[in-house]
This record gives sequence, C-alpha cells and structure tokens, in this order.
Amino acid sequence: MATEISTIDSSAARTEILHRIREANGGSADGDHAATQWGSIERSYRRWATRPPAEVIELLEDRLRDYDAHAVHTAAGDVAATVAKMLIDRGLSRMVIPDGLDAAWMPPGFDFVVDQGFHASQLDGFEGVMTGATLAIAETGTVVLQNVPGQGRRAISLIPDYHLCLVQVQDVVETVPEALKRLGTTACLPTTFFSGPSATADIEMTRIKGVHGPRFLDVILMH
Amino acid sequence: MSGTTETVLDPKTSPAFPIAARSVLEDTQLRKNVRHATEVIQAKRARVVGEMPDWQALRESGRQIREHAMANLDHYLEEFERNCTRAGGKVHWARDGEEAKRIVTALVKASGSNEVIKIKSMTTEEIHLNQSLEAAGLRAYETDLAELIIQFGHDQPSHIVVPALHKNRQQIREIFQREMNLPELGDKPQDLADAARRFLREKFLRVKTAVSGANFLIAETGGVCIVESEGNGRMCLTLPETLITIAGIDKVLPRFQDLEVMLQLLPRSATGERMNPYNSIWTGVHENDGPRTFHVVLMDNARTEVLADAEGRQTLNCIRCGACQNACPVYRQTGGHAYGSVYAGPIGAILTPQLQQMHHAQSLPYASSLCGACYEVCPVKINIPEVLIHLRNKVVVQKGLSAEALAMKVMGAIFRSEKRFRAAQRLGRIAEAPLVHKDGQGEGWIGWLPGLLGGWTQVRDLKEMPKETFRDWWEKRGSRGN
Amino acid sequence: MGLRVALFITCYNDTLFPETGKAVVKVLERLGHTVEFPAGQTCCGQMHWNTGYQAEALPLVGRFAEQFRNAEAVVVPSSSCVAMMRDHYPKMAEEIGDQKLITEVAELLPRVYEFSEFLTKRLQLEDVGAYYPHRVTYHASCHGLRNLGLGDGPQRLLRAVKGIDLIQIDHMEQCCGFGGTFAVKNADVSSAMLAEKTTAVLNTGAEACTACDNSCLMHIQGALHRQRTGVRTVHLAEILAGNEEATQ
Repeated sequence: MATEISTIDSSAARTEILHRIREANGGSADGDHAATQWGSIERSYRRWATRPPAEVIELLEDRLRDYDAHAVHTAAGDVAATVAKMLIDRGLSRMVIPDGLDAAWMPPGFDFVVDQGFHASQLDGFEGVMTGATLAIAETGTVVLQNVPGQGRRAISLIPDYHLCLVQVQDVVETVPEALKRLGTTACLPTTFFSGPSATADIEMTRIKGVHGPRFLDVILMH
Repeated sequence: MSGTTETVLDPKTSPAFPIAARSVLEDTQLRKNVRHATEVIQAKRARVVGEMPDWQALRESGRQIREHAMANLDHYLEEFERNCTRAGGKVHWARDGEEAKRIVTALVKASGSNEVIKIKSMTTEEIHLNQSLEAAGLRAYETDLAELIIQFGHDQPSHIVVPALHKNRQQIREIFQREMNLPELGDKPQDLADAARRFLREKFLRVKTAVSGANFLIAETGGVCIVESEGNGRMCLTLPETLITIAGIDKVLPRFQDLEVMLQLLPRSATGERMNPYNSIWTGVHENDGPRTFHVVLMDNARTEVLADAEGRQTLNCIRCGACQNACPVYRQTGGHAYGSVYAGPIGAILTPQLQQMHHAQSLPYASSLCGACYEVCPVKINIPEVLIHLRNKVVVQKGLSAEALAMKVMGAIFRSEKRFRAAQRLGRIAEAPLVHKDGQGEGWIGWLPGLLGGWTQVRDLKEMPKETFRDWWEKRGSRGN
Repeated sequence: MGLRVALFITCYNDTLFPETGKAVVKVLERLGHTVEFPAGQTCCGQMHWNTGYQAEALPLVGRFAEQFRNAEAVVVPSSSCVAMMRDHYPKMAEEIGDQKLITEVAELLPRVYEFSEFLTKRLQLEDVGAYYPHRVTYHASCHGLRNLGLGDGPQRLLRAVKGIDLIQIDHMEQCCGFGGTFAVKNADVSSAMLAEKTTAVLNTGAEACTACDNSCLMHIQGALHRQRTGVRTVHLAEILAGNEEATQ
C-alpha cells in the first residue's frame, strides 16, 4: 500500500512559483476583483436551446447515429420490453448494472448483476453494462454519466464491451452550455461524457472504433 | 525497449530549423503522410466549425477566459489547490522539469509499483519523464495508440494531438509486428487497433499506478478534466490505485462553467469532431470510484517567464488543440520533428523558444512565412504572427552584432533618406549587372546570387532591376500627361 | 468628382516593379482622379519589423505620416505593406511615445488603402474599363486575404475585365512561401511551398498568374521562369490598366 510521502515537501517551490507569478503579473491577484472580472467576460455564444424539444430529440438521435451508436425511442411503460429487444438483437444476456437502477427497466430472462465493487478482471467477465444517464446533449450526441444511483461508478461503464444507456427525454438538452449548467450542482462527482463508442484517428486519420472502452453503445430514449 | 538509447526532441540540442527541414524534405513518405493527415483534419474541422453560427463568439470568450485566468493565475492556483486538497487530492509544486520528475519518480516509488501506465501528455514529453522513470528502474507504458507507436518505434511525437501522424499503416504494422510479436498482423487500421487493444488491456487490468497530464484544472471545484478519444484515459484514471497527474500551471480554468466554452472549442479544433468520445472530470479522491490516492504536480518550467513577457504571454492561452499545426503551410512540408521540440508547428515556434528563455531554439520564430493561417484557426485567438515577430526582435537584440544586423542597419539608414534611397537604387543596378544574363525573350535575369541571398536563386530566377524606377518615370512625365 | 490620391508606391515596387506603379496611375486617371506622388517616400518598414529589427523600423512610421498627412486618400499596390501599417503602426507610434504621431497615425490609417480595396470599397467599383484578353488565375496573398479581409474583391474586379478568361486556382488561400526574409532564411521550405503553388498555377492552364502583391508574384515568377514554363506573372493593377489599345 502507498506509504506516506513525507520526504516530498514542495512548499518552497510553491512559494517561489507564486512569487514569480505575482512578479510577472505586477502584483497579487485579489479574489473579489477576479470574481468581478470573471463575471464581465463576454459570452455571446448560444447558451440556450434554439430548437423546439421534438427537434432537439431528433437531433440527438441523428448525432448518435453519426457515431454508430444505435438509438431507439420507447414509451415509459415499454422500457423493459425495449431493453429485452436490444439485448436479444445483440445476443447478450449477462449484464452488470449499478445499484439503484430502476427495476421496472429490467426484463426477465436476462442476468442483471448489481455491481458489488467488482475487481476490473471480474467486470471483464460481463457481456455488457446497463445504466441510466444524467443528461444528454443533442448538438454533440453526448451522454453524460455521474456517480449516482442508477449510473454507478466509472469502471462499470468502461470495461464491458457493450453499454446500454437509458436516457429520459426530459434530460436531453440541446447545447453544451445548458448541460454544464445542469451539471453545476454536482460538479464534484466523477463525471464522464460519452460521445459515441471509443475511437481513434491515429492511423492515417481513419476513424477506427473501439480501442478501449465499450465498442458498442446503444441508447434508449424514454418518453 | 529497455537498453535502447531513445532519441529525444530536446530544443537545447536540436539542429536549427532550416537544417533539420532540409533533411526531412527528402523524406517522401513523411511528407505524404503529413499532407494527408493535415488535409483530413482540416477538412473535418472546417465542416464542424462551419456548422457553428457562434464560433467567433466562442473564440472571443475562449480568449477572454484564458487571459483572465493568466492574469489571476496565483489566485486560481491557490483556489485549485485548496479545493483539490479538500476533496482528498495531494497537490505538489515543481519549479522546473527536473523537480517535477523527481517528485513524480518519488510518488511512483511510494505507490509501491515499479511500473506505470500513462495517458498521452505533452507535458510529460516536454520534460522527458519516461527517461527519468526508466533511469530509476521504473517502466512506463504508453497507452495512447499514437504514443504506443512512438514508444515502440523509439520515435518522438510530431504533432500535439496526433503524435504519430507521420507514420502510415505499413510503418505502424511493422512496429507492432516486431514489438508485440505478432508476425501475422494485418495492416488494416482496424487490425492494428485491435492488436493495441489486446496488448494494453492486460496492462490496464493489472498495473497499479498511472501517470496522466491534464487538459484543464478547474479552480472553482478542484477538479481535473481529461479530453480523449480512445478510452485509455478512462482506464488509467479509474482502474489503478494511485494516480499522479502532472500539469503545467497554465492549464487552469477559473470555473466549472468555463468548460462550456472549452469543450466546444477543443474537440472541433483538434480532431474536427463535435465532441470527442470521452471526457472525464473527477475531483480529488472518490470513495469506491477510481484511485484511492491522487496527486497533482503543478509545474512551472519557465511558464512564469512567458507570463512576464507582455507580448509573449498570450502563448500560455493555448489549449493544445493542434489546429495551428494542421493549418500551417510550413508544417505541411516538414512535419513536427524538424522543429526539434515536442511542441512543433506555429505554437511550437512561439512556445518552445520562450520555455527555453530564448537561449535555444532561436531559429524557430523564423520558421514561418507569417501567413496568418494559424491565427485564423486558433480557438483562443492567440495572435501567433505577432508573437513570432516579437520573438524575432528578442533574438535580434540578444544576438547583437552580426553581418545581418549590420546590413539591416545600413538598409535602415537608406530608408530614412530620400537621397540615400535613390542612391541605393542606382547602386543596386550597378552591383547586379555582372550577374545578369539575357533569356530567350531578351529579358535580363539573374540565376545565381552570392552568400545569404543565394537561397533565393536555389530554385528561383530573379529578374534584373528595371533601368528606370517608378519615381524616375514619374519625374520625367511631370505631374500629368505621358 | 475626382479625388486627390497620393500613391505610396512601396520600396520594392518602386525599384523592381515600376510597371505596377504606372498601371495604378493609369487606372486612377482613367477613373478621373488626380494622382500625387510625395517624393520623399521610401519604405513602410515591414522588412525590418518582420525580421526582428524593430528599432530600425520605428523611424519609418513618422516618415510615412509626414509624407502623406495631407492626402485625401493613400493608395498602395501592396497588401502586405498596408497590413504592416494597419496592424503595427498604431502600437509602434505608442512605443515611440509621441502623442502627436499617435494621433496622426490614427487619423491617417483609415485613409490608407490597398489598391484593389480602394477600387471596391472606397470607390465601390468593379468595372474599371479594363481589357485583358488572356487566361489568368488569381493567387490570394496572405496579408490581403487574412489581414485586410479583401475577400472576393480582387476577383470581382477581374471578372469585370473584358476579354479575360479567369480560372480558379486550387488551394488559392495557401501561402506561396515567400514570407519576406523567410524565402532566403528558410529557402528549402520556401521552395517546397513554392513548388505546390507553381504546380497549382500550371494546373489551371493559365497564361498568367496574378495577385495584389508583387512580393508573391516575384517569388512565383522566379520558379515559373527557372522552369521555363512560359507562364508569367502580372500584378492585378497591370491587368486593370489593360485597354483595347495596349499590346501584350
């Protein structure tokens, strides 16, 4: 286990660096003044939705498809049936789920196992993971998860090869600023933005899917 | 990998740009790869930027946010430290690269692991961290596909965002075949990615300590944000027991809300995507989610020097998107290695010499035709051409007396006087006369110029000076008429 | 009502490309304006400033202001020189610290125009009565494109030329590789960039390549001539000066 690092004392470095910064800036920064200055930063970019809600949802679907993430709609009462269909289509049954996932979303006949703090190699043994989501951003095709009940810790949506993500339509926003605003109150939680499955363009600039992280991402939009 | 002398891009010892460029210009494969890669990203960028009606507004806000952060850097670093510490993180400070390496090495040892998995971090490349770790008996595994290619190829990064952009699939296949022992490996990009996935997965599930950089440090919350594509970042940030994040002090953002601007500017500029696949934000240590021990090493390494330069400090606003490299017509011809630094292209031409406090890399500010394409695409509006000119002035002042400086002084004196200017014009015609040859049309051309000017006539002819200057003609005709 | 237009010929046009200056005079007089030529003019200081010799460039600000302070409009057949003045003269005047100069520069600069923008923006013209029956392609000089925002002004002027066959060049906005002293200090890279530009010119099948800057054209022409391509370069002003009587 990690030992106490008593030999590393960077207080001298700290003092010197802060001193250099103050010299460079011609004085010490003042917190109140900084706050006022920050408040007067010009922000004339779009900060609210410009499209009606139905279009926003359509946009999200469109963008998800662009990333090869599969997106379907379902009515509130049909979630479990839709989940069943998705899993059958994919030929999967052994799924890890976070604590607090809505029981009504889970159809019978599949192996849903609640995360017990499994080790990474155990997580590797699951075929997929199913979670809810905090919100989705339509313009960028992004789904955001945080460490809360129903979404779970980060490792479970990282190691399995398939991620089935359930998003409520009222949690879909159009723009990135709207999303950051909603995340503001829980900003300190572990947060992950997903925009399509893992990809890289490092080989001749061709986008290749699935280096690490789930290679397959499905999204169910719940009305 | 062990026991081999790694070549490193060290501005202190790299050849001057014109010399380095000369040899890379002979590398047909490299030039083809670089042209292809930069064209692809530029096209993608143009598409996703073209969609944004508020792109210019975002750029302006991006510029103001970064400028504001630098102007209050001490305040925000202290705030970050407070908040990160409160959330269970341990914050360390390093005045330079050597100090940072000592701290990271000690932290790795203290974690009880003799190996680390790493996320791509230009900051760690800047200080050559891996070499220090190796020297201390610690193995560092790069997990970013491009960095893996670089590491296995005993190579150096040539681009901030796509470090192996100078390699094509056959070259990558050869490297993987050899280093991963996969003689049957195919050369389709998917095959190569799959090979990397299998090779690295074993490391992700086993290695206990990770080292990362940071895209943004959020002062308001003490949080750190990593922007990535492959998922290796998420692996390194979540699975190990100990995480050590090293970040330049210029990575600070004032508030969480400021991510709303950066997360729009960065992916569109860097890879031409509306959003990159994964962004991770964490704050200190989280119970049962991620590493139990988290360290941040805040590194100066001459950034405060850059901050102290009124005209140069805008360089620190950089969010490492690489768009300037993709747009640069010089980079397009040479790729990154010719710049002799891990920071190449336009941003490298201004950042590298400043981080060297102008003692090295003095040829880099001249590695530009000042075309301005970089400034046009910079998401935070760094006026790179302006900084280049400013740094050229610093180089000139530092160099003092030289043949060039003398010639420039003489030219300066000539321009300050109408008489001297006209005399110089006449002298020029006389001086060039022996070099002029008539071509097939009877026009006079010069095919060879001596000394410094010889660079011109390498591939270009120079037309002889006309017998009559414009002002001679003007005077002859009077104020009106022919 | 004709304007009194002062011509800032620029040091290199004066010495190497007097034909461009003559063409500017011809076009302006054809349009009914009077051209003046302050004889003490020399150079805007760009070469010194851009190469890092700022101390030598500073005195040229005052010189320019002094020569042109009474001009109704100043026309310059070189976009890089105008960019130099617009982008740098104000802060150079601040550095000199002379309040009178600072004010003079601020008042003078709005009256300084690159030649094509004088026609399209100040005079609001596209057709200047030109005739040039040749196949031509246009290269967008970097300073004109990015610093001055000339946009499609030069091309609109060209399209209005009688008899012209204007062909679009690929990668029009890509730098030709001149870059002032860059062409000499980094001759190899400059040549590589030039090779792409000349290839693009040759691919258009044009007889001539034009631009708003003789610096670019001198560089492009240097390669076109060395390679004996038979393709020439011609400044935009010279095309616009072309008329039915002129022989080519």
